[in-house]
Amino acid sequence: MLVSMNWLQQYVDLDSYSADELADLITKGGIEVETVEQLNKGISGVVIGHVLSCEQHPDADKLNICRVDIGEEEPVQIICGAANIAAGQYVAVAKVGAVLPGNFKIKKAKLRGEASHGMICSLQELGIESKLVHKEYADGIFVFSDDVTPGEDALHYLNLNDEILELGLTPNRADAMNMIGVAYEVGAVLNRSIELPSPELVRSEENAQDYVSVQIENEDDNPYYGATVIKNVTIASSPQWLINRLVSAGIRPINNVVDITNYVLLEYGQPLHAFDYDRFGSKEVVIRRAAEGEKIVTLDDTERTLSSDHLVITNGSKPVAVAGVMGGADSEVQQNTTTILLEAAYFDSKLVRKASKDLGLRSDSSARFEKGIDRNRVIGASERAAQLIQEIAGGTVLKGTAEQGDRTVEGKEVSIEVTRINQVLGTEISETEVAAIFERLQFSYQNFGGTFTVQVPPRRPDITISEDLIEEVGRLYGYDNVPATLPITESTPGQLSDYQKKRRRVRRALEGAGLYQTVTYSLTSPSKRVFFSNETTDAIRLAMPMSEERSELRTSLLPHLLEVAQYNKNRQLENLAFYETASVFLPEGELPKEQEHLAGVVSGLWQEHLWQKEKKPVDFFVVKGILEELAVEFGVEDRLTFARADEPKLHPGRTAAVHLDDELIGYIGQLHPEVEKELDLSETYVFEINLEALLKADVDHLKYKKLPRFPSVTRDVALVVNESLEAGQVKRVIEEAGGAKLVEINLFDVYQGEHLEEGKKSLAFSLRYYNPEQTLTEEEVKKAHDRVLTAVEEQFGAALRS
Amino acid sequence: MQERLQTLKEEALSQIEKASSMKEVQDIRVAYLGKKGPITEISKGMGKLSAEERPKMGQLVNEIRTAISDQLEAKVNGLEKAAVEERLKKETIDISLPGRPIKRGNHHPLTRVIEEIEDLFLGMGFSIAEGPEVETDYYNFEALNLPKDHPARDMQDSFYITEETLLRTHTSPMQARTMEKLNGEGPVKIIVPGKVYRRDTDDATHSHQFMQIEGLMVGENVRMSDLKGVLQSFAKKMFGDEREIRLRPSFFPFTEPSVEMDISCFICSGNGCSVCKGTGWIEILGGGMVHPNVLRMSGFDPEKVTGFAFGMGPERIAMLKYGIDDIRHFYTNDSRFIKQFNTL
Ligand SMILES: [Zn+2]
Repeated sequence: MLVSMNWLQQYVDLDSYSADELADLITKGGIEVETVEQLNKGISGVVIGHVLSCEQHPDADKLNICRVDIGEEEPVQIICGAANIAAGQYVAVAKVGAVLPGNFKIKKAKLRGEASHGMICSLQELGIESKLVHKEYADGIFVFSDDVTPGEDALHYLNLNDEILELGLTPNRADAMNMIGVAYEVGAVLNRSIELPSPELVRSEENAQDYVSVQIENEDDNPYYGATVIKNVTIASSPQWLINRLVSAGIRPINNVVDITNYVLLEYGQPLHAFDYDRFGSKEVVIRRAAEGEKIVTLDDTERTLSSDHLVITNGSKPVAVAGVMGGADSEVQQNTTTILLEAAYFDSKLVRKASKDLGLRSDSSARFEKGIDRNRVIGASERAAQLIQEIAGGTVLKGTAEQGDRTVEGKEVSIEVTRINQVLGTEISETEVAAIFERLQFSYQNFGGTFTVQVPPRRPDITISEDLIEEVGRLYGYDNVPATLPITESTPGQLSDYQKKRRRVRRALEGAGLYQTVTYSLTSPSKRVFFSNETTDAIRLAMPMSEERSELRTSLLPHLLEVAQYNKNRQLENLAFYETASVFLPEGELPKEQEHLAGVVSGLWQEHLWQKEKKPVDFFVVKGILEELAVEFGVEDRLTFARADEPKLHPGRTAAVHLDDELIGYIGQLHPEVEKELDLSETYVFEINLEALLKADVDHLKYKKLPRFPSVTRDVALVVNESLEAGQVKRVIEEAGGAKLVEINLFDVYQGEHLEEGKKSLAFSLRYYNPEQTLTEEEVKKAHDRVLTAVEEQFGAALRS
Repeated sequence: MQERLQTLKEEALSQIEKASSMKEVQDIRVAYLGKKGPITEISKGMGKLSAEERPKMGQLVNEIRTAISDQLEAKVNGLEKAAVEERLKKETIDISLPGRPIKRGNHHPLTRVIEEIEDLFLGMGFSIAEGPEVETDYYNFEALNLPKDHPARDMQDSFYITEETLLRTHTSPMQARTMEKLNGEGPVKIIVPGKVYRRDTDDATHSHQFMQIEGLMVGENVRMSDLKGVLQSFAKKMFGDEREIRLRPSFFPFTEPSVEMDISCFICSGNGCSVCKGTGWIEILGGGMVHPNVLRMSGFDPEKVTGFAFGMGPERIAMLKYGIDDIRHFYTNDSRFIKQFNTL
């Protein structure tokens, strides 16, 4: 809502308040003033000029040499290129030395040999937006229609010294979508009285009811409809004051009758519609639901197809307007219109909203109906418009109104106790102060021992319960005056849940390992929704995606993490280490199952120290080590296992499935070289696991283990085995065979090549034996170690490497 | 004899003085103090002296012995020290060479801000509730006093999956979900961080996915002044002790009265700058007193309890706090961006 200071001044005395001060007070009162705009964008030196003569330039077809009276002793000569310039016109002249918007200075000039002392201006040149300029002057200079005096300040006549407050209205404050509503609010905020228009009409002897009847099929859809008939109207341009008002509110002037309906819309918040009575097509107005597929051509010359969800105004046979949204082209007011059928009605807000949404038509009218208008202002607005049409367009207003429905409704009663106000706000506002606030708001009330029963005027439909009154009192009392206190309710310990604590540990562990956290989008494209072959084929898809790229909820984190890798790689950032923890969405019942995953991607160098010439590229064991470290962190190092696996998007020889106990919880591996190529990535390793499974695993509490009291014995053994044999398998066999006294097995060398048979490799383990009860004897160690050697020989044919 | 001893002493001391290696020192020791050395010789010859002279001479011999051996000791120490110094000199390195970097990642800036806010509210006795990102229309709207067809639903154009389920537009659904579980028994003190989604085209200031932290406190005697107090300590801890806050009336369907909270601009200290658009105040969050309909629908009696709620955007807070100019940075994950958030 755009509010002109000059216009507002008509209803409330704003004296002594600057626009900025007022904006601040209104904002603190509860309606945010988003901007304060000066219409004078640095303009000076523009006066009214009278074009005394106008002749074509001898050397230029499109230029005119004008002699213009600008209120100085002598007329000045100005060269003007506008097509609509003519002698006798009163125009806006930027004198030599004048400044136009954008700090454009007017200087003496010579145009094709002729001197020009100033410039005759278009409205656009004075800073008015093109869309607000009347068609007549859209492509040329502006011409004053009133009696004006040469030499006077043109800005005053064009209202360019005005300031505009832009209100950012929340949906509950539709009451401030009109000047009267704003006047009530500003009156309350400033604690000043307001003066509202009281239209006085002279009506003719003829009866409107003889010209038209009104019939509403369902008063739930349309509680009130009134039609006023005005004869002998002359359609013309509006007077400058009216144009100025509309322009200040951002509405383009059209003709006097349409401008008046728009003016009253802005002033009262009541949408009105003027039909051309002679082209209405009948003498009856019937308001009903549209038939399925019924058609109407609206004012914008577009054919619209309607349904039974839409309310229409008809002439008894066909629609002439979509109620509250837009009129029809057939009955539009035109240049030759003489009789007006003026509609002032109250339509159901949901029906207007529905039609406006279905037809994609949002108008100043529908916006107001949708949010609810003041039922009790319909008649006043209608009379205000009739009065202005009479004054400006010379109309004769017929007696009476053809109407159906109740003209007014009773205000609602809401009660509130002063003690309750103070209890909710934490304040100590007195009864007298509360009473004064209701008076500022012009709410009538009764006070019985601190309980206020308020008669809420229908202009404030947002106030329905006592809490709404608490807000009214609070906002005018001023939230600055509400103290800052600490809650006095029972104290509660604030702490993270076990899961939340563990999640924080995951982040710290991964970051400690060198990975950077990322956050990526949950919505993705069908092709990036999944990564692994075991993921569901059922997509959770948006009903109406904004784009295919963001149409489905992901079931894997890796595709977006790889996008991050790709993005960085494309910017010459080669050494990458990222992770993300986020939910994936798996179809299940009404709501999907949301499962928190952890995914990581690493590429390039893992360790690098330049001057010491150390460069360690990322490999499979880097990612594996990260997961193993996490397993230790969460006490499941003995339960987390890795098994060779095949995944189409991963390297066939460098991929493992990750199991927690018997449950598959994810994968680690190198990206398949084809995928790497596709994404233009170098060797890249990834992992993704079901984090919830890891964090929710039942584990024993941390318990202290006694420090060793006796020395342990270490034996190294190098075994020659087939190269295809996995070290992990060998380790498992050693572990089983070694028995309780074998407490630690460390693989310390893997060798293949010289001195070894083709197809063989050597695995060197360091085995540590320990007995917690007493010092180990040579005998005990030998027994256990022999069992190990026998087992590996039997199972794998492993020979000791000499 | 006395003179001879004095001469020996001077000779020895002067040789020690000149000695430059352990070997020389050792030779001097043997030469003068050894079993075949001149001083031993003299001692042996003392038998010839008179009973009177003998003790006197014996004392002198001892003195000279001690003097020589002390000096030898000192020389040994000196030589050892010099040797160590020499070695250490050779071990000198260029300490200006760069150190070995410790490999370490860090939080995404949003996590950093969210954890900071979480910790702050944990300290005030709040716990952290988390809820589903895909919600029912009921919890996302209806239970929050936004019935179907409510015009305020336009404020939050949303991504529906079916007619009844959608991506949550705020983390407020956890208000109803948490309260429902408590069967009308307070107090409730939670904050709810999480991802939310709205139908916005991504640009420098809009993102279809963003974070929100909702706060809720319900109990007997929870007042708007408490909301102001809690938000004031939040603002001061987050943006500095000098920050003032102000509450402005606003509108949300789930609170009544509703407020927006501004903090005094930390760029210009209230004098007006581009960040605060010249007003000296920066809008940080919205909140208010929980609407009685919301309490009622979740099984709490609005006659008995009151509550406050607030909601804030970690992106906005991070952008203000760190001067980040484009919301898309949070979701692009340029490592040069993320790595900047590794310090205090
Ligand atoms: Zn500032």
